[in-house]
Amino acid sequence: MSDPITHDDKANAEELSGEDVSGTTQTAPAAGSHAEHQHEEQVGDGNESLDIDTGAIFEPHAMTKGDFSAKPILTVDNLRMYFPVKNSGIIRRTVGHVQAVDGISFQVPEGGSLGLVGESGCGKSTTGRLITRLYKPTEGKIDFDGKDIANYSARQLMPLRREIQMIFQDPATSLNPRHTVGTIVGAPLMIHSVVPRNKVMGRVKELLEVVGLNPEHYNRYPHEFSGGQRQRIGIARALTLQPKLLVADEPVSALDVSIQAQVINLLQDLQNEFKISFLFIAHDLAVVRHFCPEVAVMYLGKIVEVADRDTIYLRPHHPYTQALLSAVPDVRQAAVGGRRERIRLQGDVPSPINPPSGCRFRTRCPIAKDVCARVEPPLMQIGERHKVACHFAGELGHHPAEPVTQRLLGMDAEGNPVEGQTSATESELLDHPGYAKTWIDVKTGDTVD
Amino acid sequence: MSPFLSVKDLKVHFPTVDGVVKATDGMSFDLERGETLGIVGESGSGKSVSSSAILGLHRGTNALVSGQILLDDTDLLQLSDEQMRLRRGRDVSMIFQDPLSAMHPYYTVGNQIAEAYLVHNDVGKKAAKARAVEMLDRVGIPQPDRRVDDYPHQFSGGMRQRAMIAMGLINDPGLLIADEPTTALDVTVQAQILDLLQDLQREFNSAVIIITHDLGVVAEMADDVLVMYAGRVVEYGPCKEILVHPEMPYTWGLLSSVPDVAGDTESRLIPIPGNPPSLLNPPSGCAFHPRCTHRDKVPGDLCRTETPELTAAHSGGNHIKRCHLVNPDEVYATEVLPEIAPDLVEEN
Repeated sequence: MSDPITHDDKANAEELSGEDVSGTTQTAPAAGSHAEHQHEEQVGDGNESLDIDTGAIFEPHAMTKGDFSAKPILTVDNLRMYFPVKNSGIIRRTVGHVQAVDGISFQVPEGGSLGLVGESGCGKSTTGRLITRLYKPTEGKIDFDGKDIANYSARQLMPLRREIQMIFQDPATSLNPRHTVGTIVGAPLMIHSVVPRNKVMGRVKELLEVVGLNPEHYNRYPHEFSGGQRQRIGIARALTLQPKLLVADEPVSALDVSIQAQVINLLQDLQNEFKISFLFIAHDLAVVRHFCPEVAVMYLGKIVEVADRDTIYLRPHHPYTQALLSAVPDVRQAAVGGRRERIRLQGDVPSPINPPSGCRFRTRCPIAKDVCARVEPPLMQIGERHKVACHFAGELGHHPAEPVTQRLLGMDAEGNPVEGQTSATESELLDHPGYAKTWIDVKTGDTVD
Repeated sequence: MSPFLSVKDLKVHFPTVDGVVKATDGMSFDLERGETLGIVGESGSGKSVSSSAILGLHRGTNALVSGQILLDDTDLLQLSDEQMRLRRGRDVSMIFQDPLSAMHPYYTVGNQIAEAYLVHNDVGKKAAKARAVEMLDRVGIPQPDRRVDDYPHQFSGGMRQRAMIAMGLINDPGLLIADEPTTALDVTVQAQILDLLQDLQREFNSAVIIITHDLGVVAEMADDVLVMYAGRVVEYGPCKEILVHPEMPYTWGLLSSVPDVAGDTESRLIPIPGNPPSLLNPPSGCAFHPRCTHRDKVPGDLCRTETPELTAAHSGGNHIKRCHLVNPDEVYATEVLPEIAPDLVEEN
């Protein structure tokens, strides 16, 4: 904080109440537009409820419940991000592209959370960075709250930064070591002129209290905190502007197990309190299961399966999801002894510069057939809230012998186009971010309501 | 007959300007060939420090190591530096957590694997390289004769960890210490590496110490489990006993703060309050008491004033725990289990 901390600031902090801040709304010079007014009011409202019981994060927390009727706050449609690969000569010609994200579509409901899981290099973090517009997408739409932000300029993005914030994986590297906690958490308030400068310190202290830190520690540096506390500073910074959408990129994977649970509980409390929507990116399937009512599984830049929690974890239909789930070591195995029977995937994830033809998972897939190399399976809806991208989608051990996509794509079992049948690639059921009222029955290949 | 590895009252203390840091304060366990010990605990609980003491990695530093480490009846702490050097990598070897930082970026993978063989065997470079290729093949690296000349950065994370395992096992050591061998890896690759470790252990009949914070890995790999907190062993016994009938609140905390990937949907997440203590000024009495939610059940102020000893657990056997609670088995069954795994309660 560039301002010296005066006695007044401290006094302000102690007296700060909801009324106090809504009073500043009128005097705040930046509060011009209607949108900003609304935002200020939200800050004011927030203040009264800012006193969430931080002791509550040590209480047992049940899983987050999903409300699937909420309208989407974020709709991503056919999003692509290709990073150019340059050769090493003097003239650095582009010799290829890393297809980090290759045509993904999904929705995040208002006040809800979508989990994004996958192995390293599958493009989940790139997706997070595209949505926060740290990268400019190569192609596709990012519809946030009714606005397509995919091609916004830096100037247009400025007000948007208030509404979409990010929590980073490693709190040790995402906090400036030469700034105090007060400066770090207060920076967004200063940049966006949300509250007058002399009120910033009070807000900062409140925010620190919300995330369970001692507000008197605003003058300390990040290295003086433990890993879990540092992650809370990162969360406080993301909350400063009362965002509508938080992109949490592996928010707990750098933390110890006992601390992980504290941070997950904190995020759950904050979501309930402030109705924040989450895009929760993680590789830990158990954490995602606890936090997200809806989960999307990514593999090599594509979404291979997306469904509600119970479907993904109990009845996965994509062989990759099945393999991923069976690979997780289970504590309960101790009662049985020995290793669990699991689907063993061979080899590593292929390079995203030169992904396999057809289905990208076919090189490691235990049930792949010739058709998988020739025709790429579209992401098709196969249940009320269940989509999968596989020619042979089915429950574990019950994969169909013939591709379920035959009729849909107008092809025979080997992937050759059949005359007289048209491919329905433009259908509502395929590669669409939302859910339709009709879907395809994997057992028969028919469309059902 | 005495066990293959017997660690008795191992202490590793680091004198600092602020006082003595008791990173490991009295650790004892036995391990036979062909068996696996899992050591679990939070970061800073002394897991890695104790195992590097077995390897003699604190020699030449100002760490104070005391106790006994009997490997095949030889006390490793009494050996000279030169004698220890001859054993390190031959009788005892280690697999590190992050293979990218544990491997030298300027040398080829084959070179680094062969070096471990050259040091302990009277062979030429060619024979050592042939042996390295053989080991790479054994750990499942495709085209080992070509990949042997690659540099670490040309390997993927899983392959690097395989190469580390090849390096650790090239001299067929009796004791292999794996320090968080799969933490940096993806789950599907983790499953491959754990499979490999188990196969190789069976093949070479070595004793394995696996250090991890993932209780799932322990449940699938370990025969015995040792839970550490603030430099001390707080619970030790057969894997099944520790994970199915734990009797120490810290172990309960570890179990309940990890969400379940399978199991009942209504299981809840209960974090352990607070942070791990500083080892410079550990809390008085039981080191876990400031974070323990069950300390009210102990009469008086015993948890704060008196350090509990390691005593036999109620379930009997070789299961020992460090806790003042009189009826931990009842508390676990009635208070802890219904919160974390309601479906298991009905089964019992």
